[in-house]
Amino acid sequence: MEHLEFYILLLFVIIGSLVAVETKNLLSAVICIGAAGFGGSLMFLFLRAPDIAITQIVVEVLALVILIRVTISRDKTFISGDWELVGVLFSVGFLLIIFLAGTQVFDALPEFGSPSFIANNHGDTASGHYIQEGLSETGAANIVTSVILDYRAYDTLGEATVLFTSILGAVVILRKQSRNRLETEP
Amino acid sequence: MKGMTLIVKTISSWVKMLVFLFGIYIILFGHITPGGGFAGGVILACSYVLIMLAFGRDYTEENLSLKLASKLDCTGALLFIAIALVGFMYGGFSFFYNFIQQEYLAGKETAFKLISAGTIPLSNIAIGLKVGASLFLVLLMLSAFRPSDSSEKEN
Repeated sequence: MEHLEFYILLLFVIIGSLVAVETKNLLSAVICIGAAGFGGSLMFLFLRAPDIAITQIVVEVLALVILIRVTISRDKTFISGDWELVGVLFSVGFLLIIFLAGTQVFDALPEFGSPSFIANNHGDTASGHYIQEGLSETGAANIVTSVILDYRAYDTLGEATVLFTSILGAVVILRKQSRNRLETEP
Repeated sequence: MKGMTLIVKTISSWVKMLVFLFGIYIILFGHITPGGGFAGGVILACSYVLIMLAFGRDYTEENLSLKLASKLDCTGALLFIAIALVGFMYGGFSFFYNFIQQEYLAGKETAFKLISAGTIPLSNIAIGLKVGASLFLVLLMLSAFRPSDSSEKEN
């Protein structure tokens, strides 16, 4: 069986996500999300994408620390509630539709492991051009960096803007001064 | 959050510098080795998370206050925009034109050296500053946020 390690890791990630959804204890849910994230990081490493693997594992560690230390320790750690029939039926129906559409999409995709975006290796496509000319045009030895900070830097600017705006919202909502003022005024 | 025991404090006072240094390395060598601004910035934030977990919130705020962190955040964002706009001025109205590489380093054999790739290391530094400061701010804000009793001292 080819690509056996991917199937093992995929199974691990799926089991971790299912346990994270199903468990009643919030702490174990967070830990299962972390396990799924580490499985994803290992998959990136096997796909020879060390940039993404480093980012994934580092963000995972930070998110786990923030979730456990800051959120869990100050909140109720158990979720209560029962299944609702209508909601479950709707979700299963939506999942079925998405699954059927997904099988159509996967039929159209090329084989796993074959480089789909460099169909002809002469630099005709955009990604072929990046691979052929990236070092001479940008001077960066790491081709991922040359794509995200030179060819596609506008995309990175949007990403940075999203991060900036979300942090701005968090700081404005969670600031201490307004909370103190709210509590002193009756 | 008063901090942890003496063992944890001692170990983390040694380890925090190594983590910080590794973050700087990941940012500065982002155009040569795997890594880059985002991953390095998160590692910088992780070193401050380590300090906060070991020593408590007050000690961390003495080191890097909330105002300084938000200023660093804005500096990183503005630096990134400034790089884009300088490229815009130089290169015939194309946003993010790599002006240093195209105008001054073109044709020279600078590959695999630290000073190469024009604006890419500068953008890496800007993004690393921005991401590190913002993720530190998230932790600081979330640890300041107490839903039930904000008048009581932190335990």
